[in-house]
Amino acid sequence: MSDSLITDIVNAGVNPVDQILRTDRMPHIWCPGCCIGTTVNSFARALIDSKIDLGSLALVSGIGCTGRVAGYVKLDSFHTTHGRAIPFATGLKLANPKLNVVVYSGDGDLSAIGGNHLIHAARRNIDLKVICVNNLIYAMTGGQTAPTTPGHSITSTNPYGTFEPSFNLPHLVEAAGAVYVARWTTFHVRQLARSISEAFQKKGFSFIEVISPCPTLYQRRNKLGDGLDTMKYYKEKSKVRHGAPTGEVGLTMTGEIIVGKFVDRDRPDYQTMMRSQYCESLGEKFVEQEEMVCS
Amino acid sequence: MAEGRVSIVVEHCKACGFCVEFCPTHVLELSSAFNSKGYHPPHAVHPERCSGCDLCGMYCPDFAIYATKVAPGKERDK
Ligand SMILES: Cc1ncc(C[n+]2csc(CCOP(=O)(O)OP(=O)(O)O)c2C)c(N)n1
Ligand code: SF4
Ligand code: SF4
Ligand code: SF4
Ligand SMILES: [Mg+2]
Repeated sequence: MSDSLITDIVNAGVNPVDQILRTDRMPHIWCPGCCIGTTVNSFARALIDSKIDLGSLALVSGIGCTGRVAGYVKLDSFHTTHGRAIPFATGLKLANPKLNVVVYSGDGDLSAIGGNHLIHAARRNIDLKVICVNNLIYAMTGGQTAPTTPGHSITSTNPYGTFEPSFNLPHLVEAAGAVYVARWTTFHVRQLARSISEAFQKKGFSFIEVISPCPTLYQRRNKLGDGLDTMKYYKEKSKVRHGAPTGEVGLTMTGEIIVGKFVDRDRPDYQTMMRSQYCESLGEKFVEQEEMVCS
Repeated sequence: MAEGRVSIVVEHCKACGFCVEFCPTHVLELSSAFNSKGYHPPHAVHPERCSGCDLCGMYCPDFAIYATKVAPGKERDK
């Protein structure tokens, strides 16, 4: 190809991900080498492969670069306030029990300002599929330290290095009661798609952590290269250990990344527990509604 | 003969290089040409090797590349 300006589409066809994208909003705002879009590819494949009825699906995001997903999908979606994706999604699910409700948000949104909602939704076993894009930082606001930032990282709020211990999210949500917990990196595109499909088969609180680069703020400040360098690091340093004890899967800045399906168990979800309690205490008087009707 | 055909939405590419790096059969290279945003999008240097696996499509964060399987026996579009 010559050194000229090219503006056409080479070999036009149909991208499978377009089925769930608002293509009129492309190109998106994510930086070069940012992998939030890559996670969306896996999510789209999971929806297509598991033949989910897109009309019975809702996607809820909080605020952040990852939160932007809600605005780019051609699905019923809601971009909530910061940290409140899970409570919004909980209300949506309780009022419309037949909906498949996905929460798609960032590590800061879900585990810092939204941390309480995260543990309590897991404890109550609310039937939500949570996809947490963990780029180890508050990206959208300029790269501040998040509860997930590994020790010794340089961030805009810790220019001399972080020193506080970070959350190990799979361990946290397992302890709180999640029925399905998996972690992949953005290098593991097909495994991630499979995990998302599996989560759709579960009833209860499912949590999938996706380790993803923020080349603009995290990688650059920590001299970890660009998006491609990070993907190569994921490829080299990830070890698949299904069923690994989650207490052993904490992350460091440049060390090994344990990935896989860590938890897959069954226990009654919130609505099942509510139904059985009310049937027991109220008997005939308990009338369940299929859907909440606002009049 | 190629089993797949790769399509590139040149204007959406941000030249991250993932598709080039992770294509199992090394079909792609970043071209020296620019798109209107100043990025170098990939082009197929070995289209005949494309299997249509769409791994490039799975990796692309910008939804700018994807591939389709070519029906066996059909001549690949030029
Ligand atoms: C109530 C409130 N507090 C703070 C903010 C500022 N804020 C916006 S996004 C964000 C952090 C996002 O981090 P994360 O969820 O990890 O998303 P990322 O951008 O990394 O994908 C913060 C603190 C806000 N929008 N609202
Ligand atoms: S700031 Fe980081 S997370 Fe946000 S779009 Fe850019 S690379 Fe992605
Ligand atoms: S479809 Fe597969 S073989 Fe063809 S260019 Fe993409 S990654 Fe390479
Ligand atoms: S993966 Fe997508 S954005 Fe990256 S170089 Fe290839 S076509 Fe361009
Ligand atoms: Mg983040």
